[in-house]
Amino acid sequence: MTRRAGAFWLFVGPFLIGLLIFNYIPIGWSAYLSFFDAQGTVTPDTFVGLRNYADMLTGPFAQSLLTFSVFALFIVPLTFALALGLAVAVNRIRFARAFFRSVFFLPTACSYVVAAMVWKLSLFSGVRFGLANTVLDWFGQDPVAWLSNPDPPWYWVVLVTARLWLQVGFYMILFIAGLQRIPDSLYEAAYVDGAKPGWQVFRHITFPQLRPTSIAVLLLSLIAAYQAFDEFYNLLGTARGYPDFGRPPLVYLYYLALGQTQDYGHGSAGALLLALLIALVTLLQGRLLGLGRREA
Amino acid sequence: MRGYSRRGFLGMAGGVTAAGLLAACGSNTGRGNGNSGETIEQWYHAYGEAGVQQAVERYAKAYDKATVHVQWNPGDYDSKIASALAASNGPDVFESTLRVDMVRSKQIVSLDDLLGDARSDFTESVLASHTVDGQVYGIPQSVDMQMLFYRKSLLQKAGVQPPRSVDELIDAAHKLTTTKVKGLFLGNDGGVGVLGGPLLWSAGLDYLTPDNKVGFDDPLAAESVGKLRTLFTSNSLLLGAPADWSDPSAFVQGLTAMQWTGLWTVPAVQKALGDDFGVLPWPALNAAGKASVPFGAYGSMVSAKSKKIDAAKKYVQWLWVERGDFQQDFDLSYGFHIPARKSLAAKADKLKSGVAADAVRFVQDLGKPSNPPAWTAKMQLALSDSLNKIVRSGANATTELKNTVAAVQDELRRING
Repeated sequence: MTRRAGAFWLFVGPFLIGLLIFNYIPIGWSAYLSFFDAQGTVTPDTFVGLRNYADMLTGPFAQSLLTFSVFALFIVPLTFALALGLAVAVNRIRFARAFFRSVFFLPTACSYVVAAMVWKLSLFSGVRFGLANTVLDWFGQDPVAWLSNPDPPWYWVVLVTARLWLQVGFYMILFIAGLQRIPDSLYEAAYVDGAKPGWQVFRHITFPQLRPTSIAVLLLSLIAAYQAFDEFYNLLGTARGYPDFGRPPLVYLYYLALGQTQDYGHGSAGALLLALLIALVTLLQGRLLGLGRREA
Repeated sequence: MRGYSRRGFLGMAGGVTAAGLLAACGSNTGRGNGNSGETIEQWYHAYGEAGVQQAVERYAKAYDKATVHVQWNPGDYDSKIASALAASNGPDVFESTLRVDMVRSKQIVSLDDLLGDARSDFTESVLASHTVDGQVYGIPQSVDMQMLFYRKSLLQKAGVQPPRSVDELIDAAHKLTTTKVKGLFLGNDGGVGVLGGPLLWSAGLDYLTPDNKVGFDDPLAAESVGKLRTLFTSNSLLLGAPADWSDPSAFVQGLTAMQWTGLWTVPAVQKALGDDFGVLPWPALNAAGKASVPFGAYGSMVSAKSKKIDAAKKYVQWLWVERGDFQQDFDLSYGFHIPARKSLAAKADKLKSGVAADAVRFVQDLGKPSNPPAWTAKMQLALSDSLNKIVRSGANATTELKNTVAAVQDELRRING
């Protein structure tokens, strides 16, 4: 082995071993477990074929996938619009630009668990002195049990606002980076051609130029939506369980495989189905949005 | 001065790492203070009461046949134990409720031979909750129970008698509700999480029958769960309180006139309200049913994967069978629990009067295990989903419970063959 190759393996080797041990082997083992009755054991001996997959596709897991597709339909466009709007506003502002960028980005550094607790205990507490209920009281409305009553489903307001607060700042930064890559000469040429500043320039220059960033934001926020766990678990879960409504796939898999149930067979089948679904939706979305397409 | 070469730096870093690893390997000899040299790993969940951790560490230190290392586990302890037992890196001794899966998966060992003459001194129903197929797998440490707390003055003001039936409870909750105070708090999920058992027992049903069949395949189950739906939609339940049912805050802060909570809250409620409260069991639905209180009892267990099973069993026997003084200290000096040993419960002054005495009587006369060993986590997940759909989303009770019965039957087949 040459000295150069030795140095390469010295630096890459530990990470490769880590990747193998903590990622690829568990994924392979999980795929193996998904074909077995593996409750309470990771070395099962009862082969069940595709039964675990069939159970997952016909049971509560399928319902959780559907629920979460609805969540993604809300959260992805909202995140996109708000992050883009904030990026454009903050990028144009001339006064205290760094301050405003920091203010909107800072929630990204907050733990999802802490944010969920603040939302649950202070902002959307179901008692009359919760912030949202205090505001409702000013208008003569009764307190709302935001997270306890699924009819009407006010819990989505709590879940969506918590996630927006936590993630919009991150995507705003991506859009700001995209905005700063647009050459000034394009705007100057547009003005020379008579384009009106404002909506017309945004629609015909800024937005098309942000296409790669927009695709990245849509893909990342969609994947993040399907991986939702922390805020849901902490907002809707109790010490005695979790309601079937508003239950994302990962929370269901947690209760099924990692809680006391320890059903690794069904849990692994669900995890693989979820991974496949995310890959499929991402590929489809990438194809529709033209991911990787060369600019003309 | 000559600088370090890259090769020299990497060599030195590797040497330091290797030395550290060797030192780490050699530091834990497992030898204790003048004992036989075995080290027993013991796990507890993190009790909320101040002083419990120090107490259990003191008990461990007092054992002179082995070194006992106590691990205190905050967070989701039950899941952590379940994972540790499935793997091979778990504790030798740990506290837990008993689940039949643990026995079927051969994760724990029978402790039948540890009880000796003390067997008859353990409360029968509590010992039964640690028994599968006639074998005892956990030595009960303490008993916790749940019951209905009511504020005497608020009931008096509203002209309401303490409710003795489910219909009276619904009526009382309605009458006690004002713009500032709700009539009843059963938890932020409307009682779905904690009242599964009491709802079935109140109708004369159960999770499972004594011969291990589904115990609620009966129209009365739908009727009983329907009563909780009535309460949920009556606008007389407190929902979305900052603390959940296991915490007495909502009750002592005057947010609710009645609350379902546990024996452990009695000292805090007494401190806040003095004698202005009473306790009741969950009432009966009809003449065929019975009032009830669920109890839970953590027992001390020995992992079958332990390499020191005999030493671990001897320690468990010493701590929870022979050292009654430690059990009494554990149950009554920090929190507020009922000792699992009848002789210790009878001696406890704190449990001889007032609501504590009522609680002891409820457990003896009406107590039902909140987590029966044969009722698995998967069955609980199915029932919990069903109750959520019926009570919180208004789904058809009969249809949902039929689905749950089918899911529980599947699980029974898996467990019992």
